[in-house]
Amino acid sequence: MHAEICEDTVILNQWHPISSTDDLKNHKQITTMLLEEKITCKKNSNGKYFVWKSIDIKKKLLPIKIAYGYLWTSLGTPPTDLFSFPEFYEIDRRNVATGVFGVNISAGRTIENFLDMGHFPFVHTGVLGEEPHTEVKEYDVSICETNDEILATKCQFYQPQAAVISSKGAEVDYIYRIPHINCAILYKSSPVDKKRQDAIIIFVQPVSQEIVRAHTGMCIIDDKSADKDIRLFQQTIFGQDKPILENQFPKKLPLDSRAETPIRADKSSIAYRRWLSQKGLTYGVIPSEDNNLFEVM
Amino acid sequence: MLKLYDYELSGNCYKVRLMMAFLKLSYDRELIEFYPSKKHKSLEFLEINPLGQLPVLMDNDFIIRDAQAILIYLAQKYDSQNNWYPSEKPSLVAEISEWLFFANDLTATSSAARLHDGFFYTNIHVEKCRKKAHDQFRIFDEHLYFNEQQGFPWICKSQYPTIADIACFPYIILSEEGGISRINYPAVRRWCDRFKRIPNFIVMSGIFPAGPQKVPDNEAKQSKILNGN
Repeated sequence: MHAEICEDTVILNQWHPISSTDDLKNHKQITTMLLEEKITCKKNSNGKYFVWKSIDIKKKLLPIKIAYGYLWTSLGTPPTDLFSFPEFYEIDRRNVATGVFGVNISAGRTIENFLDMGHFPFVHTGVLGEEPHTEVKEYDVSICETNDEILATKCQFYQPQAAVISSKGAEVDYIYRIPHINCAILYKSSPVDKKRQDAIIIFVQPVSQEIVRAHTGMCIIDDKSADKDIRLFQQTIFGQDKPILENQFPKKLPLDSRAETPIRADKSSIAYRRWLSQKGLTYGVIPSEDNNLFEVM
Repeated sequence: MLKLYDYELSGNCYKVRLMMAFLKLSYDRELIEFYPSKKHKSLEFLEINPLGQLPVLMDNDFIIRDAQAILIYLAQKYDSQNNWYPSEKPSLVAEISEWLFFANDLTATSSAARLHDGFFYTNIHVEKCRKKAHDQFRIFDEHLYFNEQQGFPWICKSQYPTIADIACFPYIILSEEGGISRINYPAVRRWCDRFKRIPNFIVMSGIFPAGPQKVPDNEAKQSKILNGN
């Protein structure tokens, strides 16, 4: 396969996650792929990170950011700030990087699957859903103008085992945030504290247009479960999603409203596709052919 | 008491979980995190298996350290019907052994490609693994086709599935995670569906159950006639 040079400034100018800081603890140097470029990341004895394109003999440093348990970089001119995620800093939260997985699919499809509640009973049977509780009830979607992010609220779903610590099934409230074209955070009722919500993250690193590294993590209220059990729970869930993701065709996310037939439950993904279209993203997507986007919603 | 050192996303561990499910055995699980923390290479685990491989089964004090060996042991000891490993039939045992080795070879091809794509085992030459896997799948497909023609629905010449079917199933069905499509192997796909319909079949992450079997129209008609309705 020939590497295509990415020329899409929309994606070049983003911050991209390349590794959890957990994974970097045991390594002095790692290499990874971002937008078809091989990237080297080195940590010096003071714990400072340096990132450059592996091909660049001058080792011109790329911008970096350490945030939310991950090392981020950019191949273009990234914004000063990354999206906010205040829950990450709450002192009684457990922040667990639950693993990075290679998936042969586009970033857009990966995010979209993360937003979809309709698949819970069929793909995560007995854990995040079960028959006959299959209905996706009406929920709200909005685009927050100040932060430029998508919010899906008032989502509700019956889950037999919503989290690793759950002992029984429950009607679970969900909020989804898409604060970045390749990152999403979901907030769901905490089984431990009814007033608060666990946060589950997916930060997607686009390796190419049709291959990603999906970084998953949890930011939860749970002082009982071991890190290992939290990781294994999330790995089981992600392992169930993987074949569903990889069997989607086309692998790139179509942005044209007529390319695929959405149902009411897909409201958040309709908003997501429109949002990506408005940003002019072309990498990893099939751009819409007309400007008359998503009239009906 | 049986205790399995287990990891959800391991196809080799899944072989043992399948066997236990088919035999309705209850067991304890000790979860060893293969990825990302590589706990199967930790000092504690190396004391249990110096090879640093999963799965390991403990039957009270007896330790068995290889998926295929565990299948033989469980079938010999706990299958009262003697169908999964019919040790009194030398030709069948020989056939089963042949396919157990084949199953083990899949770990160097189909399983290795999956580790490369999903878990960043970047030192694996993935194109070679995929090519080799396709060579194996083509031979496997032919074998299954000729068995079907002779009235044998399973890998070996038996009306019952054997441990050879269990040993081959995981890394055949997970092949697409390593970029190995099964679209050109119709007999393999039919065998996968039959396997999923074995009573007490269980799934693992990445594998979904089969729907109910469709009875072909002419057979359905015939059974109507035979049943007089």
